[in-house]
Amino acid sequence: MKPAFSVIFLTTLIGAAQGLFLALFTHQSYALFGLLPMQSDDFYGYGSAISFLLLCLGLFAAVFHLGKPSYMITRAWRGILQWRTSWMSRELIALPAFMGIVFLYGVAHLLTIRPEIVTLPGGQVVDLTLLLGVGGTVMAFVLFICTAMIYACLRFLREWHTPLTVINYILMGGSSGFILAALYASSSAPDEAGFFAGWAIIITLLAFISRVASLVRNARLKPKSTLQTAIGVKHPHIVQRSMGAMGGSFNTREYFHGRTAAFLRAVKPAFLLLAFVLPLLLLALDTPTLLGAAFILQYLGLLAERWFFFAQANHPQNLYYQTVG
Amino acid sequence: MTQLALVIDLNVCVGCSACVTSCKEWNTSGSAGPLVDQNPYGANPTGTFFNRVQTYEIGQFPHSETLHFPKSCLHCEDPPCVPVCPTGASYKRKEDGIVLVDYDKCIGCKYCSWACPYGAREFDENQKIMKKCTLCVDRIYDMSMPETDRKPSCVKACPTSARLFGDIHDPESEVSQAIREDGGYALMPEWGTHPSNHYLPRRKTKLKIHADELERADNPLKLDQQLPKPDKDQSTMDDVSAW
Repeated sequence: MKPAFSVIFLTTLIGAAQGLFLALFTHQSYALFGLLPMQSDDFYGYGSAISFLLLCLGLFAAVFHLGKPSYMITRAWRGILQWRTSWMSRELIALPAFMGIVFLYGVAHLLTIRPEIVTLPGGQVVDLTLLLGVGGTVMAFVLFICTAMIYACLRFLREWHTPLTVINYILMGGSSGFILAALYASSSAPDEAGFFAGWAIIITLLAFISRVASLVRNARLKPKSTLQTAIGVKHPHIVQRSMGAMGGSFNTREYFHGRTAAFLRAVKPAFLLLAFVLPLLLLALDTPTLLGAAFILQYLGLLAERWFFFAQANHPQNLYYQTVG
Repeated sequence: MTQLALVIDLNVCVGCSACVTSCKEWNTSGSAGPLVDQNPYGANPTGTFFNRVQTYEIGQFPHSETLHFPKSCLHCEDPPCVPVCPTGASYKRKEDGIVLVDYDKCIGCKYCSWACPYGAREFDENQKIMKKCTLCVDRIYDMSMPETDRKPSCVKACPTSARLFGDIHDPESEVSQAIREDGGYALMPEWGTHPSNHYLPRRKTKLKIHADELERADNPLKLDQQLPKPDKDQSTMDDVSAW
């Protein structure tokens, strides 16, 4: 497939935003039970503001995936109608819903709107921010699943059609978000940076394992569709002599990444290094000043990872477009 | 239930591309707007087409043959492009099974084209929406036309009648009989899309002659072996001199 930069930015930006929100609420949950010192409302509030900003940037990137940006206003509302069958429609519902909860969570913290809802037997007070946090956590995972299932549900794009796609999206978004949370905490709550960095190491390591697992799986895939099944002729030697168009077509533009196999081979170790190995090393050094580098390097790595994710998917229609003629 | 479809006879198709040009002509002239062309007279002309004829070489020289292969939307009975559409712009008509795009609802996200294993959909670079073969839905129901013209443009244009059009759910229709009796098959059956369009394979007419059919076997004198058996190059028409 031809990687679309709008989608590459959308998925990486909202992934980081979801991870950051999950990190913040994980901290608040720990603090509720006294496992960590409760931070000020400003810490959670401004943190979720960063998450919200990333979500807005992601949504802005998504606009450019539409045929015309104006369709965002005139037509995109229809996108929520087909949620029964379409994962993209479900994402179009889950994204604004998650954005809304993140916004409310941030506002509730910043304006300290924390009406008490229930007190747990242990004496922990469950207030509005906690309720919004639980809702946001659920929606963060729902959004991860919707985003990943857009790709994983296409059964003949076999590089994507695996549960590993969903797991990868969750883990890579989580990794990115927890590193960002560590970076954020290093400036606003330095004592807590270690907590986020610790989780970031665990999640990044899991993401590394699961992404490598999907690479290994994809390397072993054998194509189900062949030129024989594509045109329905049983013969071991079939060659296309003409695709029926001389100057290219939608079929030659949309489904081929247009790069050499060598380029693809080079991107793979590059993104593994940038998105997983280097951030892990930088996190392990436990130096707050390196967290910024870790986040930025990993983000570049995730952009490369997402590019590779699209480029690696081999669409069966390509069988029909091998020779110009 | 009706399922309109094309049946394309690869045994007859000569690859003239008349179906391509007539499709383009009809569908670029309709009320739905033109099928845009880019650089039509430039070095790399490209544009929106619903139908193309491709050419394949089967086998290796000297035992090779040429296959011309018209390719358009197959109007699958279980179209994977329809459920993925977030806006409902992509739909399959209940009344006749034609898979269509509502151009006014499409947001141009191209997701449906990713979900079609055949690459049957075409993005219109001018209107920025997805388009596809409509089975000439604006023609086949046009009562102002004579009945013989109420067929897809490509079918009407084919000089060798390689393209048949009809309801594949009606067992007595021309297309159903062709599929049933002439070995009609579907493309990429491995994905379970159940394409409605079928292709008829290349067929060779062969006359099988067994060795004994080359000899006269009905001469009763053969039983007695009274007369000498003639050589192959001698006449066997004579019952008296030969056996």
